[in-house]
Amino acid sequence: MVIQVLRRVGSKGVSFLESFGASGMFLFQSLVAVPNIRNNFPLLVKQIYAVGVMSLVIIMVSGLFIGMVLALQGYNILTRYGSEQALGQLVSLTLLRELGPVVAALLFAGRAGSALTAEIGLMKSTEQIAGLEMIGVDPLRRVIAPRFWAGIICMPVLAIIFSSVGIWGASLVGVDWLGVYSGSFWANMQDSVQFSDDVLNGVIKSIAFGFVITWIAVFQGYDAVPTSEGIGQATTRTVVYASLAILGLDFILTAVMFGDL
Amino acid sequence: MSDSDSSGIENSDNDGNFIEVRDLTFYRGDRVIYQNVSLDIPRGKITAIMGPSGTGKTTLLRLIGGQLKPDSGTVKVDGKHIPNLTRKELFALRSRMGMLFQSGALFTDVSVYENVAFPLRVHTNLPEDMIRDVVLMKLHAVGLRGARNLMPSELSGGMARRVALARAIALDPDLVMYDEPFAGQDPVAMGVVVQLIRLLNDALGHTSIIVSHDVAEAASIADYIYVLADGEIIGQGAPDEVLHSDAPRLKQFMQGLPDGPVPFHFPARDLRDDLLAGVK
Repeated sequence: MVIQVLRRVGSKGVSFLESFGASGMFLFQSLVAVPNIRNNFPLLVKQIYAVGVMSLVIIMVSGLFIGMVLALQGYNILTRYGSEQALGQLVSLTLLRELGPVVAALLFAGRAGSALTAEIGLMKSTEQIAGLEMIGVDPLRRVIAPRFWAGIICMPVLAIIFSSVGIWGASLVGVDWLGVYSGSFWANMQDSVQFSDDVLNGVIKSIAFGFVITWIAVFQGYDAVPTSEGIGQATTRTVVYASLAILGLDFILTAVMFGDL
Repeated sequence: MSDSDSSGIENSDNDGNFIEVRDLTFYRGDRVIYQNVSLDIPRGKITAIMGPSGTGKTTLLRLIGGQLKPDSGTVKVDGKHIPNLTRKELFALRSRMGMLFQSGALFTDVSVYENVAFPLRVHTNLPEDMIRDVVLMKLHAVGLRGARNLMPSELSGGMARRVALARAIALDPDLVMYDEPFAGQDPVAMGVVVQLIRLLNDALGHTSIIVSHDVAEAASIADYIYVLADGEIIGQGAPDEVLHSDAPRLKQFMQGLPDGPVPFHFPARDLRDDLLAGVK
């Protein structure tokens, strides 16, 4: 019994390492190449539109509501201590350091990551990937690389937009609705937010999240069993793995950036 | 022409072969697809690969195209051993191949025109007006010039395969592999496709491999036929020889006889035992 459990755990471990190694090789083969700007730039622009621009609505609407909720909750707590003028500081630091990169990344994984996996999985099941190979075009360079770079480029931009819209939403609730003095709201925010500590660290986090989400998404799509069930499972795996990776990575990055380690 | 125990290599002229397969063994899981199979595809000829469903005809095309690697044996295309090629060399060689997939494998996000133009755009620096001329000529050859603005989702299965055929020949490759080119075609389109494959082969001098179940159509244009079953070559030769062979397995397949040594059923235990076994 114990042997069987150990064997199963060992087998799972080996399988995980194999998959991790395969995904690493996959990424290496996709990205390590002499850039061909004439051919690849239009593909990149198309993917930035699909991955980034098409995610704008969900990012902006979510950012707005999260900023509004944050302002509402923050105001209720801060008024107990007579510190409601610190609302701008609270909202901006929370959004720039944590909620902006993390929630935008979770939304990005759900919206763009799952779409990438499903699209690539379907290309595989309809033999479009095989078709590219037989035309003499490397699908890793043609299909995977532009999607990967688009994810890395779009993620920090979306996180910045999320935080900006969130701060605007917070000002709508805090200043315009609840009556916090706008001068203290904005001045406290300006005083407390450091570009290198807060904004830049948030951007670095979101670049890391973009890397992980897109890597998981494109690999799961490319590695999917080419059936409807297989693609469904791959899409689910993308969202689950990416979400867990975002939260785990966020803790590590926060510890390194803000934990005085 | 010979039966299963012969590889047919004796008669081949090595200098004249575009593809040489030697002692090919390939497994899918535990299932043997090929066991020490050797065959030659002569340069500039049309070779038909035939055989019952599930014998690995498409797998053979994928092994030739380098999408699969054999467990043992060699697969040489134009003198190059496919499994030993680097990724870059393999893609360079594939630019000299065209393949018509059974499903068509058209790119679903672009039109018929763009599908056919794709190989020209990625492998040549032709000006746009010349690409247009080539695309329209290829589409005209398959009777779909008028459908150039349609999306793949708007095509029937047979039309999609004809567009895929136009795409496969867009670059006038040295080798064209046709996987079931006649499937799903109406009689008129079938006749045109049969004629087109022969015409292209004669005009351009490229090497063609046709994988097909359609005995009459394939035999009408092929210069040489291989019949595969049970992981081996059960017969080969010129169409007339294969069609009129008395070898039991070959005769059964070519004449479509229900009874004979070629099994209709996928390997399984005895029916009686299976039925009596009940639910466990």
